[in-house]
Amino acid sequence: MTSATLQPPHVRVGPIAWLRVNLFSTWYNAILSLLIGALLAWVILQFSGWAVGAARWDVITRNMRLFLIGQFPGDQAWRIWLNLAVISGLAGLSGGSAGGAVRTLATSVAAAQLLFAGLIAVSGIGLLGSVAYLANAALVWVGLVGGMRRLVPQRVVTIGWLVSLPASFILVAGVGDTAIPSVSTNLWSGLLLTFLLATVGIVLSFPFGVVLALGRRSALPAVRWLSTAYIELIRGVPLVTILFMADIMLPLFLPGELRIDRVARAMGGITLFSAAYVAENVRGGLQAIPAGQVEAAHALGLNGFLTNRFIVLPQALRAVIPANVGLFISLLKDTTLVTIVGLLELLGIGRSVLAQSESLGAQMEVYVFVAALFFVMSFAMSQASYRLEASLGVGER
Amino acid sequence: MNGSAQEVRGARVPPWRNERVLRVLAQAVVLLATALFVGFLVRNLTTAMAERGLSLGFGFLDLTAGFDIAESPIPYRSTDTYGQAFLVGLMNTLSVSAAGIVLATILGVLVGVARLSTNWLVNRVASVYVEIIRNTPLLVQLVILYFAVFLQLPAVANAIELPGAIFLSQRGLFLPAPELTPSFGRWLVFVAVGLGVAVAAGVVAARRASAGRPTRRLGMIGLVTFVAISVGGWLLAFQAPIVIDLPARERFNFVGGMGLSPEFAALLFGLVLYTAAFIGEVVRGGIQAVRRGQWEAARALGLSERQALRLIVFPQALRVIVPPLTSQYLNLAKNSSLAIAIGYPDMFKIGVTMSNQTGQPVPVILLVMGTYLVISLATSLLMNIYNRRVQVLES
Repeated sequence: MTSATLQPPHVRVGPIAWLRVNLFSTWYNAILSLLIGALLAWVILQFSGWAVGAARWDVITRNMRLFLIGQFPGDQAWRIWLNLAVISGLAGLSGGSAGGAVRTLATSVAAAQLLFAGLIAVSGIGLLGSVAYLANAALVWVGLVGGMRRLVPQRVVTIGWLVSLPASFILVAGVGDTAIPSVSTNLWSGLLLTFLLATVGIVLSFPFGVVLALGRRSALPAVRWLSTAYIELIRGVPLVTILFMADIMLPLFLPGELRIDRVARAMGGITLFSAAYVAENVRGGLQAIPAGQVEAAHALGLNGFLTNRFIVLPQALRAVIPANVGLFISLLKDTTLVTIVGLLELLGIGRSVLAQSESLGAQMEVYVFVAALFFVMSFAMSQASYRLEASLGVGER
Repeated sequence: MNGSAQEVRGARVPPWRNERVLRVLAQAVVLLATALFVGFLVRNLTTAMAERGLSLGFGFLDLTAGFDIAESPIPYRSTDTYGQAFLVGLMNTLSVSAAGIVLATILGVLVGVARLSTNWLVNRVASVYVEIIRNTPLLVQLVILYFAVFLQLPAVANAIELPGAIFLSQRGLFLPAPELTPSFGRWLVFVAVGLGVAVAAGVVAARRASAGRPTRRLGMIGLVTFVAISVGGWLLAFQAPIVIDLPARERFNFVGGMGLSPEFAALLFGLVLYTAAFIGEVVRGGIQAVRRGQWEAARALGLSERQALRLIVFPQALRVIVPPLTSQYLNLAKNSSLAIAIGYPDMFKIGVTMSNQTGQPVPVILLVMGTYLVISLATSLLMNIYNRRVQVLES
């Protein structure tokens, strides 16, 4: 910028003028401002008075370990750290090379881990957890730098993500009597279970949902009716009833010898449920593809499968990324419903903490803490999704 | 195009390349695969159910339920049948959903308008509310409201009294309620007559307006007549047709007025607060979707601010608002099933109790899911009809 270019005039508004325009523009605005201001001040005073004075936060700090990894055996906790380290590194690499919203997401992963490091340090449940979280946050940063310098090819990162998902699941679940002994799903609980349920739910339901969406727009009536019936059936009933059905009826539907445990049943229920919602998101993306694209593909001699594979789906799926991030957020929040069928995810662990005799009467502390954890995760993700939406220009086309 | 199609036909396409044959074949394969899969599941189900002595029949609905239900809008005793108990659950679900939809719509519209307010404080408070509600799970909000707020309220003796004779205590929320007296029927006759006059005046006014003749304020005259006749009828009746029944404190509970149990109140408030945040965003989006030029054009035509809002902006915003509003209503009805976490006897909770007591979970699950499906389909049908009426305005 040369010195000849003038900056736009900078309008300075004094505090009085600002108040006048924004709070006291008319008489009813003035009354409204005063009333709401007074109410707000009262609420903030009451809440901060409680949070600083009366609240017994020791209930939270004493049980921090339960909240985070539940009853996962302590000597096996390194498996979760290793998992987190891999995800942190990959998130950093992706964020570094992609930039934009993905970088925001990677940064918030690092920020969340710093937050947990702080929470663990305050709780005094051992230095190891804090150090591990700090190391992970550092790893995100290393990944970011590495990604920005393009030290790792994009293809490797993509393959890394694809491999890491099943790998981390196996790492948590364990295999028989090896170096990573299997951990009974009864012990999966806390934030760990919340993440596992939401991630498995979205990953497994995604391909199923895409198939359903294509089926709903198929030219073959039988396929269309079947897909539509499934989607509307699932969307017409509450998730709790599906979880309840999965808990009781899934074992009955399987051949006698095959037994599946409760966590797997809940995952099955969540997958069946969210597939219908993924399908509706993807259908939105499919409808946004101009008919000319399909006609051009046919004119080039591509058949139905190739048209979908190379022309329609790449464009449609790109357009529905923000909607699917939104779905993941609501799925993350919906995992709380598995408490109703007796699993101990974050909210369920909160309830079992409240059942301890020392925690009597600390409902507000425990539930506010659980709500705050959900808020941090879901707010960070929704901000990233807004940025993603803006960078993809979804709303503008 | 035509020529090439004939060429293709002339070349005698073999059946494995013939698109019509392929389409039929593909559908047959899909149907067969689905039928086989469903058949496999059903066979497993029947063998598993036979092994465990479960049945698919609905005969248990005529058996005696034998459990009590804390609250019920229809008469119910533990000696009634399971069918009656299920009906109680259905009524409870419907009543909390209906009340929730009405209140959430009112609060949601307020929130949506507040988010567009030029008042900085109003605007900020509304957006913080929306962000907090939308980023935390509904179930967590419900347990906070029930276990940490409603159950921690003071006992009846120290009940919190809010202006307007509203009492909050461990027993729940007590509000003044309108009560009809015997003279209500007589008063209703006056109201009906007034309404008839008003409607007649309105019809005449509309006819005159469409014929291009002056309406001579007939609509206003009709309205005034209606109000005058109704008020006159109220005064002429020997006693007031409607009296306000105030809740009164007794030793262990309140009597009179309208009492909401802590479970019902927590569920209703939770659902309303949650859904209103989403409806607020829907309303804001709808109003913002109406272009600024529409306001300007309305002013240029000489319409007043109110007329512009009523005749130009609102109908267009409604068109954008109604479809997502429908799904919010459906979500509210479905979310009422979370009542089980706080012990409100809705349809799902009673279904679970029935399934535990009868030991026949399969038909109970089918019954509960089927009923939710019917409620959802009926709501979306009604809202689709309304939506079509709103959309017709375009022509």
